[in-house]
Formats: sequence, structure tokens, C-alpha cells
Amino acid sequence: MLSENSLTHPPFTLIVRNKEKVSYSLKKIMVALKNKQIGVKKPFREVIDVSWGDPHRGGVKPLTFVRQVLAACLYPQLMNGEKLPVDVRQRAQKLLDGCAGWSVGSYSATGGLPEIVQRVSEFISRRDGGVPSNPENIFLCCGSQWALTRILNVLVNAEAPFPTGVLTPAPCYSTTPLSIEGLGGVVIPYYLSEERGWELQVEELHRALESCKGACHPIALYVINPGNPAGQVQSRKSMQEVIRFASEKRLFLLADEVYQGCVYGETEFVSYKRVLSEMGPPLSDTVELASFHSASKGFMGECGLRGGYVELVNLDPAVKKYIYTLFCADSSPPVLGQIALDLMTNPPQPGDPSYLLYYQVRSRSTVVKNVKKACEVINSLQGFSCQAVEGGAFAFPRIHLPAKAIQKAKEAGMQPDTFYCLRLLEEAGVLASPGSDYGQEEGTFHIRFCILLPHDVLGELLQRLSDFHTQFMKDFS
Amino acid sequence: LNSSSPVFLNGVTCRGKVLTLDSMNPNVRRVEYAVRGPIVQRAVQIEKELREGVKKPFTEVIKANIGDAHAMGQKPITFFRQVLALCSYPDLLEDNKFPEDAKKRARRILDACGGHSIGAYSASQGIECIRQDVARYIEKRDGGIPSNPDNIYLSTGASDAIVTMLKLLVCGEGRDRTGVMISIPQYPLYSAALADLGAVQINYYLDEDKCWGLDVTELRRALNAAKQHCKPRVLCIINPGNPTGQVQSRECIEDVIRFAKEENLFLMADEVYQDNVYAKGCKFHSFKKVLFEMGPEYSSSLEMASFHSTSKCYMGECGFRGGYMEVLNMDPEVKAQLTKLVSVRLCPPVSGQAMLDLVVNPPLPDEPSYASYLKERTAVLAALAEKSHLTEEMFNTVPGITCNPVQGAMYTFPRITLPQKAIAKAQEEGQAPDMLYCMKLLEEEGICLVPGSGFGQKEGTFHFRMTILPPTEKLKVVLQKIRDFHLRFTQEFS
Repeated sequence: MLSENSLTHPPFTLIVRNKEKVSYSLKKIMVALKNKQIGVKKPFREVIDVSWGDPHRGGVKPLTFVRQVLAACLYPQLMNGEKLPVDVRQRAQKLLDGCAGWSVGSYSATGGLPEIVQRVSEFISRRDGGVPSNPENIFLCCGSQWALTRILNVLVNAEAPFPTGVLTPAPCYSTTPLSIEGLGGVVIPYYLSEERGWELQVEELHRALESCKGACHPIALYVINPGNPAGQVQSRKSMQEVIRFASEKRLFLLADEVYQGCVYGETEFVSYKRVLSEMGPPLSDTVELASFHSASKGFMGECGLRGGYVELVNLDPAVKKYIYTLFCADSSPPVLGQIALDLMTNPPQPGDPSYLLYYQVRSRSTVVKNVKKACEVINSLQGFSCQAVEGGAFAFPRIHLPAKAIQKAKEAGMQPDTFYCLRLLEEAGVLASPGSDYGQEEGTFHIRFCILLPHDVLGELLQRLSDFHTQFMKDFS
Repeated sequence: LNSSSPVFLNGVTCRGKVLTLDSMNPNVRRVEYAVRGPIVQRAVQIEKELREGVKKPFTEVIKANIGDAHAMGQKPITFFRQVLALCSYPDLLEDNKFPEDAKKRARRILDACGGHSIGAYSASQGIECIRQDVARYIEKRDGGIPSNPDNIYLSTGASDAIVTMLKLLVCGEGRDRTGVMISIPQYPLYSAALADLGAVQINYYLDEDKCWGLDVTELRRALNAAKQHCKPRVLCIINPGNPTGQVQSRECIEDVIRFAKEENLFLMADEVYQDNVYAKGCKFHSFKKVLFEMGPEYSSSLEMASFHSTSKCYMGECGFRGGYMEVLNMDPEVKAQLTKLVSVRLCPPVSGQAMLDLVVNPPLPDEPSYASYLKERTAVLAALAEKSHLTEEMFNTVPGITCNPVQGAMYTFPRITLPQKAIAKAQEEGQAPDMLYCMKLLEEEGICLVPGSGFGQKEGTFHFRMTILPPTEKLKVVLQKIRDFHLRFTQEFS
């Protein structure tokens, strides 16, 4: 009714790396289907939703210490009496002391409550073996994606003669490319090498850069480490190559490190900032870097609180002033999210009353065992092959779909892996995401599902997946 | 040597920066936000100096620059914080110190959260049952006019929704570039967002002599002038106003709606101060209500978005970043794009969504917490009303300061007469004269205000914006200090 005369005119249409615009709306259909299933007779009682990197949604319980501190900050009357452990009360007091009017309902300074920013900078420094971290270069924000969008906003010049390009991995979690395109930028995909455990190869970076010559002006290189959806953890050597490449080709480095707390394999996580610093001058003094982290992942899993931060390295001080003003217009990040970051970077210490419970729940060995089991089960199934999940929240196995299934999907007007996911939802009550949402090599198909789940839920998930997959492959053989 | 040419350092060539003033998005360079601008940065510095023991003529900086009620000592609504505590730490549901109505709401919110946790992502549009509650609130507020939860988008404060909406509206190149009408004076989020988006800002002036009233002839003037160099598509209005505090009359709202329809403009109604109305004879009328009461000719075609938030009114929960917008008559295809656009931010903070739920779904008269909720709410609004009157009266006793009645919102925006010498000095220093004034006030009295130049004002006039949020006794002291400062300032520059 209003299409022609309507005043609203979106500046972009969703194109997921030239794949069909429909894949995003298919997710909506899937969600709608999932909701409709309540009450309909199905061979399963409830849908297991593993389409998000959201541990709480998957059934992981929040950390007691975190939630006690939040409750005490929200309703300080709780601190009267001895019900809450003394370290909880002390922490809440300290946090409230830093809040204007002693309330988490006040705005904070633009970059975050100064005491929290200070402690985050100390955490970063400890994590990086002593590499100094300046609180003035850290901005707390409403989730890491918010900060990333803001930094992209500064980098992407929609009015330049050539569109601004950002090198982005394929596969890549879908929000970042959406952000880039929404700002009028162009996504330049570089393909991770699946056969080599989703390794980032610098030759591929060169190829990607060459491919866009004359079509856009590349300004930034976005890396996700540990990866999403692919679960690789970059080696130091690879990171050094990336840094050299960024320096040589004059690219701003965007390092999305939100899964740094989720590492299971032999490769340890090391931050881009640390690698950069250890490479020494001139690189360490010149390569411009923005690193992102968040309280949404890892053992915190507090996605809904929206606590994230960005640390800026080697930025032009004049530009930083404008970045600060840009963040100012957003007022300040949610205070509860900031508190989550504080607790993440400064957990209970040995001897604290809450220490034992906190670390009991945070058993890394259980997660590692779960991840290993998931990979084993998937790889044991015909038609599935899954690279080792070294880090992150997901398994991203490749599905070797039979020709009949691919044909059926085409007839239904959807991508083959979307078709698979739809069937998986309808028949097994598992909501996963199709690889086509993330970008993949032509002719390959994948699914992504979250594996940061309680042991029993993961078991149920793998059972349903196995049964479904075996049947599916049989049906379409 | 510019910042992008190669530099030799220790015999090694380093390249200059990739991200420089020249290479960065030029729109970002035009962004300013006075509320947290240079004067606030100086205030923070002074606070640091005070902590370090530097001697000053004052012992604290009073931050009357920002609409942050809790920072100035206002207490949160107990019931709201109880429910939020229960949502955060559900073990408390076993604690008999919490009232049943709080527990009921907490359970309902948690049931709607993934994994029963406020730590799970919600749908990007916001938790469904909360959107339903918002729709019911709007219906109740607007005398039964239906509100569809699908048209409600929860957001990270109202600011997030305002910027999102503007993103959808701004397009075109050159003379076709979207023009957005905004009041002068305005809340600088608008000018910041318009600069960032590279939109054309079309200023329409509120009439200071008529209590900051809005006249359609002025809207028309501004629009016609703007048509020469841009494509006007949007009309933004803040009611009750910020910084000016005027509460639009019903007739005025009708005039604006008629104008928007005639000129085919998208209407953005920023109503975050809807409970902050103090002046006798003034009443908040929502744009949506008036629109529908004007009949289907308007209500079925005018495209509009209304905004609200948890930051203001009587709750003052700025730190939660809770808010929503209600869109009307939006093209379904555009709505689909809006839904995708909000997904980039994943979801608004769930705790903010929960807070919003309580604002729109407070205790009912038959519930246990009702009495205390009502008492707290009434006390806050009564105090604000008292302070609004007090402020207006006091400022109007000062020669050289004239203050319109603070009909609503949380601020006073008095006009200050500055001596010619002061204006000249400011110009020499490349500063806005009211900035010079406010900076001096900060240095001498430790009071932080925002100069009128940060909001826009008629050429040759000067103002400042001060919040009426400090506790009454403190506010009286602040008012006296400003009076004394103003007299000294006038004397000094005579």
C-alpha cells in the first residue's frame, strides 16, 4: 500500500556474501516453526535451540557469584545481614561506591565506570604477560558487536569514490558482514582452509586483496580468534603473518577475540595485542589494532547483559578524540553489563568464600571432554566430517549431502544445508544454523550448532542428530 | 610531513597511520554531543584535581549537565529493584522478604527468557511478552486506541531506536539527500545522529517569547527554505521538550500532524519525558492518541514512530538502557529491513527490557506493593514539580537572566544577557560566548552546566541548560551561586 510513497528507504538490502537474501528469513521461518510446535504432536518433547552462541539458552546455569553480586548491586538491602557471602557483599559495595548516587541506574562515564575500566586494563596486562594496557584506550560498550559497529563506522567512508572494503573470513558469523554492508562498506571474503583445520593462510589474504583491486578501497582486516563458526585457534606464527600482512598492505586490524575464554585443544590463545607487542618496533608501534572482548561467552555466558569492550592500539590521537565523541552520543553502556565485565576480569581468588563454587562450576576439563565427544560422534557418522574444534562455542561440521537431497532442496527453492536444517528441526526438534548463513566454499555444505551445553543436553542433542542424520542419508541415498 | 607519509624511525621506514583525520569517515568528524562535551571533560578533570587535594573555591563539582536523576540522589523505585534482583538471582524467589507481586513479575519475565536467564540473548525486537505489555500500556494510556505488539521494538534506551529509525530514513544524494526537521533548541543526539548519517538538518525555531511554543508557520518556513537543497522526509519533535521543557498543547500537536501529512513527512515523536509534566494547565497528549482522534484520514496513512525510555520520568533508570519505539503505518517491506537492522546489535540489554516491563506494568491498586510504589512515584514527581517552580522563580529574580516556566521534562534553559566585552573575549578565543560563561562558572563555583550553543539557539541569544535534579536544598544553593556568579560576571565584563 505504501511502497512507492513510503518515506522509509533502507540504505542497504541484505546480501549475505552474494548468497540468497532469503537465508536470513529462513531462520525466521525456522523460529516460527519452532514456536508453532508447541502443542503439535511430535516425536520430541521440546526443541533444542543450538542456533545461538548462547550458553544460558542451552541450559548452562549462570555463575552464582556473578548473580549474587548483581542482585546486591540492584537491591542493596540484600547486603544487610549475612545471607550473601562476604566477598559478594564487599564486591557489591566497591562497585556501588563507583556509581554516581550509589545506583546502578545512573549513567556512567562514556567509556565505562573508571574503576572498572582500570581493572579491565589490569586484566589485559596480566593476560598478555605484562604488556601495558592504558585505560584511556579502552571503551566499555553494549556488547562487542556494538563497539565493532562503531569502529567500522569510523573506518567506512560511504562517500568516498570507491566503497570501503573490509577483509572478512569465510565462514564468518553473520552479524559483522551485515554491519559492514549496513554502513555502505563492502565485504571482501578470504576463505579459511577447511582441510587444514580452518587455518587462515596468508596466501589467501593476498588473493582476496588482489581480487578486489579497482573495485573497492580495502581499509581493514577482520579476524575472529578463536573462530566463529569455525572453531580454529590461530597459531602465533599465523598471527605474525597476519600482522605483517596488515602492516604491508596498510590495513587496520580488527581482532574479534570474544571466545578467548573458550579454548580446548593444544593451541593456546594468545591475543593479537600481545603478539604485536612481542614483534617489537616498528610493527608494534605502528600497526593499528582494535581488539574486542565480551562477557557473553566463555564461562560467564552473560549474552543478555550486553557487556563488551574494545581496546585501541596505536591509533592516531586526533582520531581517538572523534571516536570518543561518537561513543558519547551513545550515552554510556549498560551498568550491569559493565559489572559483568568486572567480575569476568576479576573473579574470586583462592581463599575467597565464593572461590570453590565458582571454580567447581567452571570446570574446563568437562567442557574439553564434551567438545571431544561431540567431534567424535559427528565424525563417526557417514556423510559428516568435522574439523577439530579447538576453541569457540560451535561445531561446524561439513555435511556431504547426497545428490538427491541437493536436488530436493533446489526444488524447494532453498540452499541444501538450509533444507537439511529445516528437516532437522521438523523431525528431530533441533534448531541449528545452515552453513550458507556464514559463507562457505561453493558446493560445500555445513551446519553450525552450539556445543557449550550441559552434559545431558549435549548427549540428547548428539543422539537426536545421529538418528536424524542416519535416516536422512538413507532417505536420500 | 603529514600523518600518512612514511617516517624514518631508527633507520627503519614506518608507514604513517591507516586511520587518519583525512581517511576516516568525514561524517564522524562532524559529530558533537554537548551534554558530554568539553565542559564535562573539564569537570571530570577538576574532580580529579579535588581528589588529589588541589585547593579550589568549592569542595565538589555539581554535575547539573546531564539528566541523570539517581546521580543527583533520587532513589530508585523499590518494587522495580526487587523484581530485577529476583530476575538476576532467582534463588531469592524462596526469600519471604520479597512481596508476591514482585515474585510473580520476576517469574513471568524469567519464563520468557532463554534458559530462564536474563543472561540469554532475547529476540532482537525484544522479549515478546514485554512487547505485549508495552502495547497494553500504550492502549491504556491512550484511552483504548489499539496498539499492536508487532509494531513495538524494544531498544537500548530511546536513543538506539531514534538512531535506528533515522538510519532507515536517510538516503539519497546531493539535492535529494534526506532532510530532517528538528527543533532549535534540540537535544544534541539528533544533530549528532544527523551528522553521522550525513543527513541534512533542517532547523525550525521554537518561540522563546511564547514559552518555547511551536508555530506551524515556522515549520512551513523552515521546510520551504530547505526544499531548495534537500529532500525533507522527517519531522522530529520532542514532547515534553528537551532542553526547553515545553509541553505541547493538543491544538499544537494536531497542527503538527496536519503539517506532517500535508508535506508527506515521517513523524518522530520523542516522548521520553511523558510523565514529567508540572505546569498547571499542561497535559501530556501522546502523538498517537491525537493522531487517532483526528480520524482515519490521518491515522491510517501518517507514518510515525513514538519513543519512550526507562531513563527519565519518575524512575530515572538511565544505567539500564531500556526503551522502545512504536511504529505506525510502516511499509511491511521496510519493517522487514528494520527487523534486520536491529539484529545487528543482537538484542537490547535484557535487564533493560525487564525494567521497561515494570515501568509499563507497575503494581495495580489491588496488589501488595501498590501503596509504596505510588508513594515513591508521587514523591519524585512532586519534588520535581516543586523544583521546576523554584528554579523559574529564582532565575527570574536575577537581572540578566530570564527563565521560561519549566512546564515539563527535567531542565531549565534560561536566557542570559552577556556583556559585549564578554562576547568579544569569547570570539577572540574562538569560543561560543555561553561556553566561556559556563566554563568560568565551572572553574569558580564547581557547577557544571551545558552552554546553549550545544543545543542550538537563535543567533545572538545565549542560554545554558541546567537540570532541576539536585535535591531541593542543594538546588537552592546552586541557584544562589549562579545568581551571584552572573552578577559578578556582568560586573567583570562591564
